[in-house]
Amino acid sequence: MRALLRRDLRLALRTGGGAGLGLAFFLIVVMLIPFGIGPDTALLARVAPGVLWVAALLACLLSLDRLFQADAEDGSLDILALSPLPLEGVVLIKALAHWLTTGLPLVLAAPVLAIALNLPESGYLWLIASLAAGTPALSALGAFAASLTVGLRRGGLLLSLLVLPLYIPTLIFGARCASLAANGNDALPAFLILAGLSLGTLAVTPFAAAAALRSQLR
Amino acid sequence: MELKVTNLSCNRGGRAVLGGLSFSLAAGQVMLLRGPNGVGKSTLLRALAGLVPCTGQIALDARQLGAEDWADQIAYAGHLDAIKPQLSLAENLEFWAGAYGGNAQKALVAFDLMPLANRLAGACSAGQKRRLGLARLALSARTLWLLDEPSTALDSAATALLAAQIIAHSQAGGMALIATHTDLPLAADTLTLSAPTQPEDDPFLDGAFS
Repeated sequence: MRALLRRDLRLALRTGGGAGLGLAFFLIVVMLIPFGIGPDTALLARVAPGVLWVAALLACLLSLDRLFQADAEDGSLDILALSPLPLEGVVLIKALAHWLTTGLPLVLAAPVLAIALNLPESGYLWLIASLAAGTPALSALGAFAASLTVGLRRGGLLLSLLVLPLYIPTLIFGARCASLAANGNDALPAFLILAGLSLGTLAVTPFAAAAALRSQLR
Repeated sequence: MELKVTNLSCNRGGRAVLGGLSFSLAAGQVMLLRGPNGVGKSTLLRALAGLVPCTGQIALDARQLGAEDWADQIAYAGHLDAIKPQLSLAENLEFWAGAYGGNAQKALVAFDLMPLANRLAGACSAGQKRRLGLARLALSARTLWLLDEPSTALDSAATALLAAQIIAHSQAGGMALIATHTDLPLAADTLTLSAPTQPEDDPFLDGAFS
């Protein structure tokens, strides 16, 4: 397991279009918003949580389509399926590696970008907390969708169509949590629902994804 | 250990690729699979690895194909080498050693890859990559080796290394089933596959041509 995590992290850092791409995309999308909306600070402050969350979803998508496809193309997936590692564990580790290289940098970059969007001070802590609790679910759901499209030659677009609707609950409660806090309200209930959704997703998706991978191998 | 295959049949894309195949492999036996392209050599190997669904009785002693611990006895090397070009040869093999157990250094030595250990796999030739893919076999002790055209892209020295590994494996009581078109420098039995002659049992075609 540790060997797989180490390999996936190493690959993400060495491959062009790996770890840095999602973060750079996130930065650019968020920075485009003030240009599009104009210098209305009150309006920016109101949309900031939603914009940051939507941009984070899209940035997560970028590296998902290669999650299993690269391994399927070079035969590694066959060999992994025959290895003593359970396929469910393989899925979980690969989702974890995806989160460490894509989700975690987004969590760390979000408060810096929130300044550009004039997010009220009270919202920062809950923005970071909601992203930290929600982005693991994005990686896990993404791993499930990636396992469904692993056999398709250009599955990236289909993967986006499959996975974005699945992201809706996480998006609703994540953005709600940050915006409630920004308006000075109690964000804890929204955060708890978000955390519950995340934990449920993390518990279920490895099994679903492993089942999908087994049927794809045939 | 003995591999017993009885009445193995396999369909790919609605077409019967293997039909009613039976053979057995005793401990220490090496068998070469022969037959024209498309006759089902790769499918047979993948079916025995459990990667392709098939019917029939396939057992390794008391262990049936599809059992939880079936894969623990199998070492499979297919057409693809399962190598990441962004990692060095040593890093590639250390990863598989982490997943399968075994000693990466020893496996590198067995296939004479030590001089290249720190080179990126992407910068290696096809034959060197193939040797790295085969070095995975030397990692952990698995009873049944399933090799699909293992000598492709190998030069004669590397083919001799491969043959030496297979011979050492069989002398230790292991079995090997090898699909190949070239002659490997080792003593082995041969199983020649031919296309299944029995008609496909499609209920809608029953009696249609009689």
